[in-house]
Amino acid sequence: MIYFDYAATTPPYEEVADTVAEVMKRHYGNPSSLHRLGVEAEALVARARETIAQTLEVSPQEIVFTGSGTESNTLAILGAVRRFKQRGNHIITTQIEHASVYETYRKLESEGFRVTYLPVDETGQVRLEELENSLTPETILVSVMFVNNEMGRIQPIERIGRLLQRYPKALFHVDGVQAYGKLDVKPKQLGIDLMACSAHKFRGPKGVGFLYCRSGLELEPLLLGGGQEQGLRSGTENVPALVGMAKAARLSHERRPAFYANTRELRRLLVQGIKDIPELVVNGSEEEEDMAPHIVHFSYPGMKSEVVVHALEQHDIYISTRSACSSGEAEPSRVLVAMDCPRERSISGLRISYGLEHTKSDAETFLRALRQVVKQLAPTATKPGRR
Amino acid sequence: MKPDLIVVRLGELTLKGRNRHRFEKKVISHIRRVLKPYRTVKLELEFGRIYIALNGQTYEPVAEELRKVFGLGSFSPAFSVEPEIEEIRQLALALFRQQTPPPQTFKVTTRRADKSFPYDSQEMNRLVGGYILQSVPGLSVDVHRPEADIRVEIREGRAFVYSQVTQGTGGFPLGSNGKAMLMISGGIDSPVAGWLAMKQGLEIEAVHFHSFPYTSERSQQKVQDLVRRLADYGGTIKLHMVPFTDIQTRLVQDYNENLLITIMRRTMFRIAEQLAGLSGADALVTGESLGQVASQTMASLKAIGQAVAIPVLQPLIFQDKQDIIDIAQRIGTYPISILPHEDCCTIFLPPSPSTNPSLRVVEGIERNLPWLPEMIAETVRKTEVITIGAELPDPYEKLF
Repeated sequence: MIYFDYAATTPPYEEVADTVAEVMKRHYGNPSSLHRLGVEAEALVARARETIAQTLEVSPQEIVFTGSGTESNTLAILGAVRRFKQRGNHIITTQIEHASVYETYRKLESEGFRVTYLPVDETGQVRLEELENSLTPETILVSVMFVNNEMGRIQPIERIGRLLQRYPKALFHVDGVQAYGKLDVKPKQLGIDLMACSAHKFRGPKGVGFLYCRSGLELEPLLLGGGQEQGLRSGTENVPALVGMAKAARLSHERRPAFYANTRELRRLLVQGIKDIPELVVNGSEEEEDMAPHIVHFSYPGMKSEVVVHALEQHDIYISTRSACSSGEAEPSRVLVAMDCPRERSISGLRISYGLEHTKSDAETFLRALRQVVKQLAPTATKPGRR
Repeated sequence: MKPDLIVVRLGELTLKGRNRHRFEKKVISHIRRVLKPYRTVKLELEFGRIYIALNGQTYEPVAEELRKVFGLGSFSPAFSVEPEIEEIRQLALALFRQQTPPPQTFKVTTRRADKSFPYDSQEMNRLVGGYILQSVPGLSVDVHRPEADIRVEIREGRAFVYSQVTQGTGGFPLGSNGKAMLMISGGIDSPVAGWLAMKQGLEIEAVHFHSFPYTSERSQQKVQDLVRRLADYGGTIKLHMVPFTDIQTRLVQDYNENLLITIMRRTMFRIAEQLAGLSGADALVTGESLGQVASQTMASLKAIGQAVAIPVLQPLIFQDKQDIIDIAQRIGTYPISILPHEDCCTIFLPPSPSTNPSLRVVEGIERNLPWLPEMIAETVRKTEVITIGAELPDPYEKLF
């Protein structure tokens, strides 16, 4: 089997699974309880927070535990907007954000906020000059994802961070879900105020994530109750998942240089192999430094992408059509449309994504199967009007 | 540009007389300890300075660690280059151009450790300074009060250039002035007193009085967390956890009137004194600040202080509360101190504590508590010691 769908979710590290089981069995106390079991659980949560803070070179108080990447993004956006709405009525995001950001902005738009959705160029990079032109004294929040989850384009976060230094009212929120554990993400050095991450994207458990929230920045909570997470996210802490996430964070952080080297190498191989198949076209930037190393996105114009997914499944190979969350829709991809891809290319997007464990031989096996599948499907493809 | 090394200058205090060598050794071992997690960095000592080669490590986190080292005067991020005049000039200019806001005046200061380098310091100042002057219009040299001071150092096989100077924490190298026992509560003041004692070159051990089950385990945890912050500066610190409940409840049964707090404090001082004796500490350190609460009036300080024979050092005695809070915030103890947990002094408060205890009356009351000395000795025996900051077997290591 070749599981090439790491951008959808990753298999947890075995050590993480052991940790989660161990904590569930032995440390089931409620961190808020007064007695020893509570104190013990509280210490585990504190330590998980420290471990994650270290990987980002931030202080532990700046990490808020949540239930997912989506929740982290929602807390960042709604929490900031509700807290600072008296400062201005304008918010900015991009046309290629993950649904958890995009839909939240749509919702705020329906509630009366003025929203700018920044366009991207044909490589999928947000246009900086558009951002600069859109910023006004009324702008209170800018959300730009670090790595696009669908086609893997890296966004110019550092430059945006620097630009926003001149707009102290505009908070900078980054969806870091596809970047954390893969790229060098140091919020302090990049000028980021809020950054969302999700454990299951870096080989941690599902149902847990975190939000980096710069110290001194106060958000309006989404959930009220017992006041956990410094009042930002009430609800009994998911101690086993938090500790598991911390373990996955540490392991991924330590292995990041190796991850980067390996996935870069695989990407070169895969991109070349896909380019060698005339029916297929690789999306994104030609410059490898522009692209996340662990994602390759390509289209098979004239072929429904689900068909390719299922055909590869017969070879015991698992990939995605665009992002897992919106697979199955017949609509063209919003991201590819924003990149100005022609329709037949934007409805036929395919994404492969992988990790440190994958080898050259996996990539070769995949390419062999892909060549076979394309050969087998080609007669049924509608005539491509490719550019 | 990313700094390649850090130039560290030892504080002036540490350079005195024959203690200098010993002081240097203590500072270096302190630096080594705080930089232990940064495996790539290398230390080198030369003429009262320490050079820390970063070898790829980013500067900021290392600088953050250096702020924890006592006896350190100042330090600078420096950029390394081949010892060639052209390269040095280019680097000096690049560094100059990075200054914000752009300076109007500057000077160049060269230190030539490698005497085989073809130009001496004066010539270098002219060669590098002239080059910058030529390249940046409207600039002038000011050797007395320059807005930018570009430093060039030439060592064997390597030259480097820097301009930024960050003040170090100062003080005396850790443990260079003896050892004391810090009486620590969970509050804001006592950890700051402990930090100031350490900064003054005292090695400390800490003693905490707890009244479980009247106080919670969390308040004990809180004190351990505070001592852990101090251990960031002091390496390892022994924390004596005194089970104070029995002695306290017995006191309340036999005498629950307005001098109770005074008697309790005297009892604590006696226990701390005995523990100090056992640990080789020559003084007690407390967080008292004159006038802050009932036990910190002159009369109280006298009545309590007279209970023991060893010196009681009170680094905060004349400090404003706000100044104490500022230090607590800087050293990272403040957020822990303000967590809401009871400490043992607040639970057995008599109806109206005296602010003007008379030593004679207090001694009279104590004569009616004949069991007290024996119970003090027993409490000392029952005290547990935890070593904070040591690399102990970690029960949770496997989980993380």
